[in-house]
Amino acid sequence: MSERNGDETPREYRVIGTRPIRHDGIDKVTGRAVYGADVTLSGLLHGKVVRSPHAHARILSIDTTKASALPGVKAVVTGADFPTAEDHDEKIGEGTTNPRYLSENILAHEKVLYHGHAVAAVAATTPHLAEEAARLVEVQYEVLPPVLEVQAAMASGAPILHPDLRTKDGSGTSPDGETNVAQVHRFELGDVDAGFAEADEIVERTFDTAMVHQGYIEPHNAVAQVNPDGQATVWCSTQGPFDVRHLCSEVLGMPLSQIRVVPAEIGGGFGGKTTVYLEPLAVLLSRKSGNPVKLVMSRAEVLQATGPTSGSHIKIKMGATKDGTLTAMDAWLAYEAGAYPGSPVQMGAMCMSAPFDLENLRIAAYDVCVNRPKTAAYRAPGASNAAFATETVVDELARKIGMDPIDFRLKNAAKEGTRMAPGNKHRRVGCVELLTAARDCPHASTPVGEAEGPKKRGRGFATGFWVNAGLQSSAILSINPDGTASLVTGSPDIGGTRTSCAMMAAEELGIPVEKVRPNVADTDSIGYTDVTGGSRVTMATGLAVHDAAQDVKRQLCERAARTWKCPEDEVRFEDGGVVSLANEGERLELAEIAKKAIRTGGPIVGRATVNAQKNTGSAFGGLLVDVEVDTETGRVDVTRCTVFQDVGKAIHPSYVEGQMQGGAVQGLGWALNEEYVYDDEGHLQNDGFLDYRMPVALDLPMIDPVIIEVANPAHPYGVRGVGEVSIVAPPAAVANAIADATGVRMEDLPMSPPRILKALHELA
Amino acid sequence: MRSQKLHLRTRLNGEDTEFLCEARQTLLEVLREDLGQTGTKEGCSTGDCGSCSVILDGRVVCSCLVMAAEIDGRNVETVEGLADGDHLHPLQRKFLEHAALQCGICTPGFLVAARALIDRNPDPTEEEVRYHLAGNLCRCTGYDKIVRAVLDAAAEMRSN
Repeated sequence: MSERNGDETPREYRVIGTRPIRHDGIDKVTGRAVYGADVTLSGLLHGKVVRSPHAHARILSIDTTKASALPGVKAVVTGADFPTAEDHDEKIGEGTTNPRYLSENILAHEKVLYHGHAVAAVAATTPHLAEEAARLVEVQYEVLPPVLEVQAAMASGAPILHPDLRTKDGSGTSPDGETNVAQVHRFELGDVDAGFAEADEIVERTFDTAMVHQGYIEPHNAVAQVNPDGQATVWCSTQGPFDVRHLCSEVLGMPLSQIRVVPAEIGGGFGGKTTVYLEPLAVLLSRKSGNPVKLVMSRAEVLQATGPTSGSHIKIKMGATKDGTLTAMDAWLAYEAGAYPGSPVQMGAMCMSAPFDLENLRIAAYDVCVNRPKTAAYRAPGASNAAFATETVVDELARKIGMDPIDFRLKNAAKEGTRMAPGNKHRRVGCVELLTAARDCPHASTPVGEAEGPKKRGRGFATGFWVNAGLQSSAILSINPDGTASLVTGSPDIGGTRTSCAMMAAEELGIPVEKVRPNVADTDSIGYTDVTGGSRVTMATGLAVHDAAQDVKRQLCERAARTWKCPEDEVRFEDGGVVSLANEGERLELAEIAKKAIRTGGPIVGRATVNAQKNTGSAFGGLLVDVEVDTETGRVDVTRCTVFQDVGKAIHPSYVEGQMQGGAVQGLGWALNEEYVYDDEGHLQNDGFLDYRMPVALDLPMIDPVIIEVANPAHPYGVRGVGEVSIVAPPAAVANAIADATGVRMEDLPMSPPRILKALHELA
Repeated sequence: MRSQKLHLRTRLNGEDTEFLCEARQTLLEVLREDLGQTGTKEGCSTGDCGSCSVILDGRVVCSCLVMAAEIDGRNVETVEGLADGDHLHPLQRKFLEHAALQCGICTPGFLVAARALIDRNPDPTEEEVRYHLAGNLCRCTGYDKIVRAVLDAAAEMRSN
């Protein structure tokens, strides 16, 4: 491991902080980039998944006779084809996975637990034949009553999804211990009752937020080829090829060494492509048919059966003194896990108070199973829901005591050493710097103005906090004979990280970034690397790249010393070459050493692996937003938007801005439009992009990014995680702007026209 | 096996192209599965996301909503036809310079739709760009850099 830059002395960079053209750019603007659905192989079959029309039902029988008899159908699989996966918590990537639940989610074994739950899959010679065959699979169900909302699922007598589930903190919700509550997390600091006794103003509210989807434009896909010797290769769209390998191995009972995962270009993930749905099915279908098999989901399947993130029910109470000091917080959160345990409620609870120095707090957080798809990670999982509650109540408290909401936040801002809900302390963070930047920016000092007719304008601000996953990464940096470098990592590039990694290599080697060719390798071609998730690639994989470059520099020095026949301590790497300390002016350029490598010991290949747990940099984000509320229709237009983020150090500022802008807009969609709509029987009513309404270009203004750089002291360039935190603040910021415009405090997401109208009506 | 295939002729990115297809196949399927032109992407197959945008006789259409049989004798332009040999179209260059793509899956559709806009309106306002591209979904960028790239490309094309 190399030395970390422990101080904040700014280093002069040649490459870092510039905006080069991304290396994979031409492939992506010409249509040449190969995404998962573009992969084709000789003899390729096409698969289709059969899905449940019911939200909750027992599978009585599955008859595949007719489907199998259709000419052109080569394989049919059901839950019976899966080996019984072990019921235990397996540490995989960012979190834990129970292989039994995962296996049942991929193909239901005894019960279906949500509309769209997979029950069988077929492979045939064309996609249309596969669709026909899927329709011929006959499934008999005994329909059971579903439970769709967390409060209903927690009530006694609620339909039970998993009869063997017991709440992890020991409390069941029925006498025999049957429950839908998978786990309860509790945090407590200080003396909450004393804190409220000290308060001059107290605000208490209850919030409901709807289930929303990541909304990546590329549907899930997988191509698998299993050879007669059992060796399997899987091409797929994933944020974590090593996770796909591990998860396939768990649910299929195959050794890791028999599975090679090739990450195709990935068309968006936002956390939703950190698990497996189709990959094990493609392997099973290929094994059974003897041919490679491709599976691609329709958009309806994506919405019915993948992703989403939790809807939630949150009660919160906060108090402050007249001088603007927060004194206490008491919060109760329940998040939809979906069909199997594992909502991000714990992360929501951990992050909800993080922007504030709060001595007294109590949080109880419930993970609740309901008859909806199993939730998956979505950009800062769990944080936006909880921040919606905290940040709107903080805004209301500030206004009640007559303080500017940003000044109020500054007075209570988290700093280095401030304790967070679990009791751990913030390291060096940029919360104060971010709030100061927001207070002083041009947007904040421009009057919000008056609208015409029934329209009302308002401005709102909110902050958000998110952690940074460290985890493991590997990098290989090979020097080519012409003085260029090949960089190989195992981190799928979801938003420009090939280039940010190449920039770090170029910075260290003193060569132009165009001379570094970055590649994302398959699981047999690079060391273990955790997911592209947790905002970790530029931080952690970047750290591996930095360290691999140090390895290269060490080797270049050895080669130069050998060439000059001098001891290695008489040479030093400097600005893209090696200089002699003994003979001033004597210098070998990297390209010269590379050219002669054959005579000085063979290829020059640097490598590094890291476990970056101690190098993480948590991040604060903020959004200042102006809205125009049409009080006759309830429509809310976002008219101006400035997004703030402490990024530590922006390696490629354009792609950092992209993360900030993109996350902010996802947050605006969450705030205003997006929601899963189920009928009483649990049928998803809006499983297409027409009715699951994500923001389009016409809905939005430009999104002005303000990059704040408070270096992460544990990283050589000061990098913090930048990918996720921008989604946390928007729902609360919009709610605060609506309150500023109309006086209405919105308690439900999304703040869609009918909800706004209802709230305006209730106010009047 | 049944399946009476149709024999069609079209002009695809300036090349006369013949192919066989089933009556139930869409233009998107034929482009991707039969003609090997995978630059046109599938995001929803219901005409809601614009990833499969192509230009059919000068108009942007979602190729997932066009039956392949409809394109007999017509002119189809896809992302593969945007660049002129080694010379990227100004839109392609500006998308790269402005970092107007992250994952890139929506990019071909945006480029094709933007090209159709600039062909008809060489000097669009920001509002016109946003209106014209409202049928194309991007989940990564928040559209800011895409809109800037299109405006900049249009400006460059006007000045040349």
